[in-house]
Amino acid sequence: MMKRDECFRVLARHITDEAVVATYSSAVDWVGIAPRVLNYTSIGAMGLDSSHGLGLALGRPDKRVVVLQGDGSLLMNLGCLVTIAAVAPKNLIHLVAQNETYEANGGHPIPSPKVDFAGLARAAGYAAVYDFAELDVFKQQVAHVLEQDGPVFATLHIEPSKPLTYDYPSLYDPAKRKAFKAAWWAKN
Amino acid sequence: MASAVTDAGLLSGERIIAAIKASAVEYVLSVPDITTSSGLLAPIARDGDLRLIRVCKEDECIGIASGLSYCDKRALILIQHTGFLDSINAIRGIAVEYKQPICMMVGLLQHEPEREPRASSRYGVRIMEPILGDMGIVHHLISVDADIAKIQPAIEKAYNESEPVAFLIGRSPA
Repeated sequence: MMKRDECFRVLARHITDEAVVATYSSAVDWVGIAPRVLNYTSIGAMGLDSSHGLGLALGRPDKRVVVLQGDGSLLMNLGCLVTIAAVAPKNLIHLVAQNETYEANGGHPIPSPKVDFAGLARAAGYAAVYDFAELDVFKQQVAHVLEQDGPVFATLHIEPSKPLTYDYPSLYDPAKRKAFKAAWWAKN
Repeated sequence: MASAVTDAGLLSGERIIAAIKASAVEYVLSVPDITTSSGLLAPIARDGDLRLIRVCKEDECIGIASGLSYCDKRALILIQHTGFLDSINAIRGIAVEYKQPICMMVGLLQHEPEREPRASSRYGVRIMEPILGDMGIVHHLISVDADIAKIQPAIEKAYNESEPVAFLIGRSPA
């Protein structure tokens, strides 16, 4: 079993000009590890991170989009797997941190800990699907995960983390949305 | 059947689609709605100038449209009023609190076109305008051809001022 922050530290070494869409615990860990203007954390409703990511990927097919979603969030928008697979953006990488809990809402369990999210993504029609439970394997393959044609899906099997501080005013800061748009739309 | 005959020619789907295109909309995001099924969604699906994204649930549209807006791409969300009601939290967060240009075209399922929506015998239709009003979302009833002229300026305003707008489709476009 991995830890989310360890996975994200590995991921951060490979991120350059991608948009990274993240919410709740994933967002807290990610912005702590990789504070950058191209982080997109104003999601507005749980589960829609993947849908925002799809819109960003459609609008900038020349750039890559990485979605960092929790398993509870994905369960609130499972249909997105079918939508994303049907639209098939080559530039979308969809990573789901599976800790089997609603961590931001008190650590209660998701309805079933046995959900095979990678299997669901495969069945929906994602171009490539991965299932990571060992950090060394993730380290070895993350570059390939990020570079290949999407939509790419990967489950990261992680432990629930220690209690986090959720600074929502910062995550949802309008100034950050404005800065993101300027940077994302920059023609390079 | 009598209603369909009476409605024929009162609201042109072709003219609505022309207004959508004139508004520089590139993407239509949709879950099928029987009010707009044959008059709007079917011709949009065949239209080479608009890219139709079929989604599984209406709130996905709100996230996708928001993402596209960060790329200066315009989208129109084509859904049923039941889908709007189901998506209120996403609309609250993204469209209203984040002030995103979320443009929605909402079919009023089983609405009686001769009545104002607030006077509909259908509870779900009756509450639409009060909810939109309470949320501060600009909305327009599109029930006859003369209403179609409201569409382009409203979409332009939504994108220029970064705010949501809703068009309530009060009868099936022909």
